[in-house]
Amino acid sequence: MKVVRFVVLFLSFVVCWQILVVTTGVPHYILPAPGKVYSALCNEWSVLMPHLLVTSTEIVLGLILGTVLGCLCALTMILSPLLKKWLLPVLVMSQAIPVFALAPILVLWLGYGMASKVAMAVLIIFFPVTSSFYHGMQRTEEDLLELSRMMGAGSSSILRFVVIPNAMPAFAGGLRVAAAVAPIGAIVGEWVGSSKGLGFYMLQANARMQVDKMFAALFLLSVASVGLYFLIDFLLLKIIYWEKPRELYHE
Amino acid sequence: MSLISSKTGVQGVSCRNINMSYDKKLVFENLCLDFEEGRCTCLLGPSGCGKSTLIRIISGNKSIVYTGDVRFREGVNNSEAVAWMSQKDLLLPWMTVLDNVMLGAKLRGEITLEVRQKARQVLADAGMADYETCHPAVLSGGMRQRVALLRTLMEERPIILMDEPFSALDALTRLKLQDLSAQLTRGKTVILVTHDPMEALRLGDRIVVLGGSPAKVVADFKPEGSVPRESGGPVLVAEYPRLLQSLLCEDVA
Repeated sequence: MKVVRFVVLFLSFVVCWQILVVTTGVPHYILPAPGKVYSALCNEWSVLMPHLLVTSTEIVLGLILGTVLGCLCALTMILSPLLKKWLLPVLVMSQAIPVFALAPILVLWLGYGMASKVAMAVLIIFFPVTSSFYHGMQRTEEDLLELSRMMGAGSSSILRFVVIPNAMPAFAGGLRVAAAVAPIGAIVGEWVGSSKGLGFYMLQANARMQVDKMFAALFLLSVASVGLYFLIDFLLLKIIYWEKPRELYHE
Repeated sequence: MSLISSKTGVQGVSCRNINMSYDKKLVFENLCLDFEEGRCTCLLGPSGCGKSTLIRIISGNKSIVYTGDVRFREGVNNSEAVAWMSQKDLLLPWMTVLDNVMLGAKLRGEITLEVRQKARQVLADAGMADYETCHPAVLSGGMRQRVALLRTLMEERPIILMDEPFSALDALTRLKLQDLSAQLTRGKTVILVTHDPMEALRLGDRIVVLGGSPAKVVADFKPEGSVPRESGGPVLVAEYPRLLQSLLCEDVA
């Protein structure tokens, strides 16, 4: 049923697009017809694939690194209230500065290679991951901690068996946001300065008015991003087996 | 009364000169109260009188600021004195029923084959052998609280603190759990906080009614017979109106 829904959604999108192109007679360098994008995708497949690989690697590396760093930061804040007081302003500040404004500096520091793009993705997902994990842990019920204390538990086992599992549903929320926004970091990084990746490819195509190729790259990027999101979502549902997704309202 | 007085005459828990205030209001002023070893003492009182606070003090809760002394019977290590059961079952939804029952050992890193066997045994004795591998989400409220009771008993602490453990259950389930609890905690020093006079009369070797502000002991008596008393039995019929009356007098809210 899920697949059918996807196909129906995709097909109706393509049909609407085609109708729009035909009825408005918009020039192909503004909005190419779906057929044109499809043939560009087929023709450019061998060129696009290496670029996709680069961008996907940046996104996945950024996601892994950002999640690890975010979790470490959240754990530090939970374990040391003193450090928390110092870390929290830094964390908020890191979000106040637009990542887009940092992109040129990151490229300057880390070079045209993959590192600057990974750093961008890390910066973008760091906050949702840290914040969701930290607040998830902080919301552990007081009585549960009291019970553990009376049972003679040490703080590390309370963290492991009680606090961290308790934070998982909230953390999953942050990770889903991270999976959805991580591609932004990678693409923006590529726009600012790179020689590989889908962002780079799109910029090149744009400069040559090859809008169909741009759309082909965009299509691949969307497929990769949606795929990543659903993979993460699937894994989270498996890991957090005790929380069954449910509908609040029924039809 | 000699029938039910402590065989040893030892106090399991002694509270001496407990002073505590909350929000500039005195909750306890020089409160002294002893709890007999191996007996179940029920603490009754109107809501907000401080009965839950008192057992939290006994439990060693560090967030409560008070002065005074809480002493356990000699030879009892303070950090291994009490087990606690609250109104909420506090089962961990990510652990199986068996793991929840063994939570204490798990948290202390003391899981052994014996612990596992014992946990299986207590679950089987309580009629829950089929639920070992289930997660708490599939259990009913009564079953969850039964698991919480077993988890409390697995700790094998000399003193068991119960804070309105059955108050969220329906009448029938509550009766069954009261019986199970009385049977399984026999011989332990139990302090049970409740707002239900019927529950106190069924389970209490001794009933202490707290009231007033700051809280004082307004009634303290030992109903006859051994626990759990029958719900329609003569003691309950005779004592219930009297107990209710003393509670009503105290409830100013």
